[in-house]
Amino acid sequence: MSDQTLFSIFFSAMVVNNFTLAMFLGLCPFMGVSARVETALRMGLANIFVLVLTSLSAWFLNTFVLEPVPYLRIISFIIVVASLVQIVEMVVKKLSPVLFRQLGIFLPLMTTNCAIFGLAIFQTNRGYGLVQGLTFAVGAGLGLTLALVLMASIRESIEFSDVPGLAQGTGLVLIIAGTLSMAFMGFAGLL
Amino acid sequence: MRKTTPSQDFVRGIWQENPVLVQMLGLCPALAVTNSVKNALAMSAATFFVICCSSILVSSCKRFIPSEVRISSYILVIATFVTLADMVLQAYAPVQHKELGAFIALIVVNCMILGRQEAFSAKNNVYRSLLDAVGTGIGFTLALVMMGGFREILGTGSFLEYSLFGPNFEPWVIMVLPAGGFLTLGFILLAMGYVEERKKEKESQAAEVLS
Repeated sequence: MSDQTLFSIFFSAMVVNNFTLAMFLGLCPFMGVSARVETALRMGLANIFVLVLTSLSAWFLNTFVLEPVPYLRIISFIIVVASLVQIVEMVVKKLSPVLFRQLGIFLPLMTTNCAIFGLAIFQTNRGYGLVQGLTFAVGAGLGLTLALVLMASIRESIEFSDVPGLAQGTGLVLIIAGTLSMAFMGFAGLL
Repeated sequence: MRKTTPSQDFVRGIWQENPVLVQMLGLCPALAVTNSVKNALAMSAATFFVICCSSILVSSCKRFIPSEVRISSYILVIATFVTLADMVLQAYAPVQHKELGAFIALIVVNCMILGRQEAFSAKNNVYRSLLDAVGTGIGFTLALVMMGGFREILGTGSFLEYSLFGPNFEPWVIMVLPAGGFLTLGFILLAMGYVEERKKEKESQAAEVLS
């Protein structure tokens, strides 16, 4: 078991090693649903939910099932993530059809969202226990939400400014992301 | 089904529909491991292996896969080959394996590979699917090596660890840090957009002259 304190795990996952801006995980939704702040916020919250569930099940699998067969990790994690996303999709569809439509293809795409699968892998590689894993998941989820919301608010305010036609679209988003990532580098000395 | 010739299947993935630079798929590995050319090559090789093998398997088994569970079946196929690639890399190139770390396992969730299975291998025969996979793999490799090259040359002043400019070169450390990845890809896309725009302008000018 890793001996990092809970606070340092949480803080490191949220800002210092922000999943999106420092480790490049979960870029698809970061590019895709960051056009409106509200959608971005909801996507972030859905992500936190799935991340926590993934962390729980990955810990469970690791401790009780995968001990003798570590090489089955990748396969079993991806199955768990896929079924979790399926469940969340059904729940969201039932509880909030509006959100379901707004998130569109990005909800089922969470299966192939590196952030969620990556969390399970990183948690295992670093040997986090149950509570540490959950802290890691919440921190990472908040970090993702933070990055999404920051990006969405910048994109909302850019909408009315005069950007040359050439730079519009993904190129611009990437350069903004680069600048944000530079800003987040400022946190690097904290831990 | 679209009618394409085998050579079109092959070339398409390399340039017109380059997975990273045009379709924006598989961005996570493209940004995360391209801080040096060596890492970019190792990552591309692993991805190349996985996409070719899964395309062969998926296209040859497409009759037995019920369409309700096709996505999960593709993911399972991909995960199997990723596990293989992970083990082979760990055995023969432990240094690279350590450097790439969790990103080898993350090939499973590379949207590019799943996308090719769903869009192409599920509908075409083995030969065509293999061509398509090889083309896409080469396109991915090109994009990664290009990014890795830019970032390594600017960030450390060397290429494949051979020093280019001598000791007086002041490296742009930012290029090998995460921010550099976003900026490099952003500028490459801007350059590509500029080229496309010029092409269109020339075409419209040519059309005017003709009329």
